[in-house]
Amino acid sequence: METFVETPRTLTELRAGIASGATKAADLAASYYERIAKINPRLNVYLSLTKERALEQAARVDEAAAKGDPLGPLAGIPVGIKDVLVMKGAPATAGSKILQGYRPPYDATAVSKLEAAGAVLLGKLNCDEFAMGSSNENSAYGPVRNPVDTERVPGGSSGGSAAAVAANMAVATLGSDTGGSIRQPASFCGVVGVLPTYGRVSRYGLIAFASSLDRVGPFAANVRDAATLLGVIAGHDAKDATSSTAPVPDYAAESDRPAEGLRIGVPSEYFAEGLDAEVRTAIEKGIAALEKAGCTVKPVSLPHTKYAVPTYYLIATAEASANLARFDGVRYGYRSPASETLSAMYSHSRDEGFGAEVKRRILLGTYALSAGYYDAYYLKAQQVRRLLAEEYLRVFAGVDAIVTPTSPMPAFKLGEKTGDPLAMYLADIYTVTASLAGICGVTVPCGKTQAGLPVGMQVLAAHLNEGTAFRVARAVEAAGL
Amino acid sequence: MTAKVTVEEVGRVAELAHLELTPEETGHMLTDLNAILDYVAELNELDTKGVIPLAQVSELGDAAGANVVRADQVQPSVDRAAVMTQAPDSDQVFFKVPKVIER
Repeated sequence: METFVETPRTLTELRAGIASGATKAADLAASYYERIAKINPRLNVYLSLTKERALEQAARVDEAAAKGDPLGPLAGIPVGIKDVLVMKGAPATAGSKILQGYRPPYDATAVSKLEAAGAVLLGKLNCDEFAMGSSNENSAYGPVRNPVDTERVPGGSSGGSAAAVAANMAVATLGSDTGGSIRQPASFCGVVGVLPTYGRVSRYGLIAFASSLDRVGPFAANVRDAATLLGVIAGHDAKDATSSTAPVPDYAAESDRPAEGLRIGVPSEYFAEGLDAEVRTAIEKGIAALEKAGCTVKPVSLPHTKYAVPTYYLIATAEASANLARFDGVRYGYRSPASETLSAMYSHSRDEGFGAEVKRRILLGTYALSAGYYDAYYLKAQQVRRLLAEEYLRVFAGVDAIVTPTSPMPAFKLGEKTGDPLAMYLADIYTVTASLAGICGVTVPCGKTQAGLPVGMQVLAAHLNEGTAFRVARAVEAAGL
Repeated sequence: MTAKVTVEEVGRVAELAHLELTPEETGHMLTDLNAILDYVAELNELDTKGVIPLAQVSELGDAAGANVVRADQVQPSVDRAAVMTQAPDSDQVFFKVPKVIER
């Protein structure tokens, strides 16, 4: 089994080295680019590098450190960005051919916030086309390979973001999560991934998939670092009308608080048929560790869970069909050459530019929204969405957090599920409900299978309760399973 | 909700979505769409009479992201020249496209 796993040093350690001058941000960036050059040809994690911008930022950090100027919380930290978030002047493909050649003229808010905190942005990370996929095999630029075992998928859609941290090709990364696209790859690669509350992080500069579900969130090698990153990128942004005005707590400090006394709910519906036996055993050990840490564990019920995947795929595809209408070959990206009429240019550009899964979802979404079917599909799904959300709110009245497996199975093999779109959708069974409800969560490594594949525990908390999710995840991490 | 999609419907939906499918693609999409629609028909088991559709989580109890309306003031935007460099075809002021109306 070919493996490239290497754990990055912690933020605290790196940041201290940079502040004291013992570590130069420029050297650190150079060493990351060296590692990327060496192993990226095997893993296909980065789609493009932003070297010039990274080295300029590293020089600024080193200069500030030398002068004893105050440094940001991420000063000199090498960070990678999922290629659905735009960086001014850098390629932004969203894993699609239709955006080939596009160089956006602005930065996403999460990107500029990272840089303002001192982060050194290394480059753009591979992902499923328009973040649609659970294995990274839908990228027009080839799949990412899982650094734990290169015969396996890293999960998706933020496969590059998860793999980069697992293989130490970045200290931390940003991804996006619409139905599980941060949590599932984090669990497959054995790293920490955060689903912030809907509205907690600005979506400005995130190439839209399903706007009522899309979130931007961090990946890191440990819970505290992930919490620090969330603290940097969270907050209100006038450029995203759905971004929350709620104050941003010190998430790293929150994550330091013991989990003792927290009430943990375990929903039986997440441990039913279809759950891999080894994943179940690993999660049960994680739950035992929480009890040992002083949490009260009790069974809870989320009976509508089985309706989450169909609800999600109707809502997400409907929104996607509207969002992806903008890719028409007029203003940016790919235009099919030699079309006689405007209408032919639209359909040729889209047909040549989009991959099979994206077309499948656009068609499903267009169908669900079309006259005669709207009530039966889209409206019905929105009604079920309310039932699912209210069910969570009821359960959160009695517990502080809910823990579940992040995925019903560990990382599967490349090609294993590509022939059956429905089987691929079912890989999202434990993650889509939180997406529909808008609540937050963290996935944290929770042991391994006998074959050495990572298992992730999903810790869910109510809207804006990221701090609680971090505390619970920290307790699982501390158990060292 | 259990209605089967036909080849004609796939064609009609593809036209609505400005997608031009090859006959082979149409065949695949027909199979996949029917499998997915069969699966989502599970939702029919649920009685949702009187349930108000949830389009946006902002409206939920303690949720984040309450709708924000900004002051109606002119704000600077991305520079036109920077935007136009990205166009496949433009005269730097307008986007150029093939002819729209047949004469």
